[in-house]
Amino acid sequence: MFIIFVVNICSYFMSPRPFRLRKISNPPVISGFKPYGNKKNGSNTESIFLNLEEYEALRLCDYEMLNHHQAAVLMEVSRPTLTRIYARARQKIAEALVKGKQIIIEGGKVFFDSEWFSCKECGCYFNNPEKQEEIKECPLCRSNNFSNYEQKDDESEESLMRCNNICICPACGFEQSHQFGHPCKDEICPRCDKKMVRKGIPHIRSL
Amino acid sequence: MKVAITSTGNNLESKLDQRFGRCLFFVIYDSETKGMEFIPNPNKDAEEGAGPASVQLVASRNVQRIISGEFGIKIKSLLDSLKIQMIVLKEPDKSIRELIDMLNQ
Repeated sequence: MFIIFVVNICSYFMSPRPFRLRKISNPPVISGFKPYGNKKNGSNTESIFLNLEEYEALRLCDYEMLNHHQAAVLMEVSRPTLTRIYARARQKIAEALVKGKQIIIEGGKVFFDSEWFSCKECGCYFNNPEKQEEIKECPLCRSNNFSNYEQKDDESEESLMRCNNICICPACGFEQSHQFGHPCKDEICPRCDKKMVRKGIPHIRSL
Repeated sequence: MKVAITSTGNNLESKLDQRFGRCLFFVIYDSETKGMEFIPNPNKDAEEGAGPASVQLVASRNVQRIISGEFGIKIKSLLDSLKIQMIVLKEPDKSIRELIDMLNQ
């Protein structure tokens, strides 16, 4: 009884961990799909809302052919979260196909990513929101003496590939290669006997 | 192309404002017609949400670039989704006239 009371009090005062925003590299080029040629009852106006995060999970897993761990690192969420987003995306698309509903891509708590450049002529920093178009000159002084501005915590493609198959100990930083079929949390660090985790997942980014 | 510049005053000699959401004036400069417009910022004394409100104000003028000293943490994702380019210039001594001359080069 007392324990239940304490738990209730705790859950009342302690706020949960804030929701992690999903990182999306580019917004989709279209805002949805419409079905055509409905054989049963004319046109079906019902629609399914596919979130931007679900679109991105689908793009990374099925179009870019990454595995769930790599996609999770790119979207800055944990691997189980990505798998849930991906499962939801497939469920929604399947429902739209079977029921002949239209798909609208919008919503979701996401942020878009764009890379930064620094100009050596005028000392300004600028970003490139249109990723498809290459930047040829500084937007302010028109010089072409600029370079990529790397932030320290930036995850580049190579580091993504390097961290892909590594289990790491969150306590001492010991690393060993990951074996498929053996979850990292079942591995015990030989140095300090702690449970290990996969390298590159969001909450141990500092390692 | 329209460019927004944050300004500390409403004339060409005033300096670049180092804040975005709470700057005193926005200068909307059209590089094709060479016309410009000074808009007093209604959010300069806002306690909260000055950044997103300013983004809305600037985006309603179809601006494609913004020059300012600094952008707050809520702004980047908004501007990325609106495809507005941010230019960060850490030089508080630059006047609006100098910036417009640079844009016209």
